[in-house]
Amino acid sequence: MRSAIHLASAALALAALSFSAVPTAVAADTPDPVADAKAFQKFFTEKFPKLKLEDFVNGPYSMNEDLHRQWEEKEQFPPYEFSVDMGKEMFSKPFKNGKSYADCFPNQGIGIRQNYPYFDNKEGKVITLELALNRCREANGEPAFSYVKDEMAALTAYMAFTSRGKPFDIKIPDDPRALEAYQNGKRYFYTRRGQLNFSCATCHVQSPGERIRAEVLAPALGILNAMPIYRSEWSGMGTISRRFTTCNSQIRGVPLNPQDDEYRDLEYYLSYVSNGLPISGPGARP
Amino acid sequence: MASTIRVRATLSGETTEVQALIQHPMDSGFVKDAKGEIIPPHFIQQLTFEYDGKSVFVADWGGGVSKDPYVKFSFKGGKKGDDLKISWVDNKGATDTTTAKIQ
Repeated sequence: MRSAIHLASAALALAALSFSAVPTAVAADTPDPVADAKAFQKFFTEKFPKLKLEDFVNGPYSMNEDLHRQWEEKEQFPPYEFSVDMGKEMFSKPFKNGKSYADCFPNQGIGIRQNYPYFDNKEGKVITLELALNRCREANGEPAFSYVKDEMAALTAYMAFTSRGKPFDIKIPDDPRALEAYQNGKRYFYTRRGQLNFSCATCHVQSPGERIRAEVLAPALGILNAMPIYRSEWSGMGTISRRFTTCNSQIRGVPLNPQDDEYRDLEYYLSYVSNGLPISGPGARP
Repeated sequence: MASTIRVRATLSGETTEVQALIQHPMDSGFVKDAKGEIIPPHFIQQLTFEYDGKSVFVADWGGGVSKDPYVKFSFKGGKKGDDLKISWVDNKGATDTTTAKIQ
């Protein structure tokens, strides 16, 4: 008799479970970037209730008081300053054909960092700032720059610097390909890879603020707002491309080529979920 | 080309606090490049801060100092508006000098 009651209640619980599971399963099938971004930001603000939303753009410095103090002192003489100056100089210097970077971008390239990456309807692909810069060069008969550092970092540093404080404003146009790119980036972010079997989220969603050896992990929210960065470990500047490829090799995976479709989609996803957070780049990281 | 030296000197009470950032590769001579060839040593050997004709801070550096080094120190004295002269010499004989006003 007693076991029969148990069985019945178990069946009831099971029924209740499967009932509540149905709507979530449906929601997971239809991508909803707006809800994603909301949930993403809520996760981080609940995990770190003391932080304001805009604090997340400062990565590890908002996670650790000691680091924060060191950083404040560092910011008086930021190590990326030379790179910003170099970018400014490059930006104002015309190409051989007389045109310049300003001609390739809206608003002459000033204060527009927060709109990149964007989805290009004609091409059906995500266009990042780095890609747009190299395309601008090639269209004007100049050789493309390496995507990872030096000149590319200087140009993006200058462009980010002129956009400081402007909130990320990434749009997903009404185009199934744009949604697919977003979904693809999201998939890349949560897929485990490499010998260590880490996904991007393993470090930057599950463990921000924790140490990975001597470093403090940055939260995924706002992680691209500070790009490009001067990393003391690199003793130099690095772009988003450099960050993605080195992250992949650090988990002992094989990095893709900079600006491959997956990386651009990933940048699209990560930037989108940080919408509303201010651009703080260029940044300095340990 | 812009100066390789950034300086800020601020007077507070009787001491002047100086911060400087210098752009320099500071190659130690022990590092190899991607092709496996040694990057020849290239580092600052002497860094001098002068105030009122006197050296207030002299550093003898070698290959062990980081790239784009940052220096912070303070000295007794100094007056608002006075010049502070900063110069460095590296092992290839290159040099750069700049002056900054104490704020």
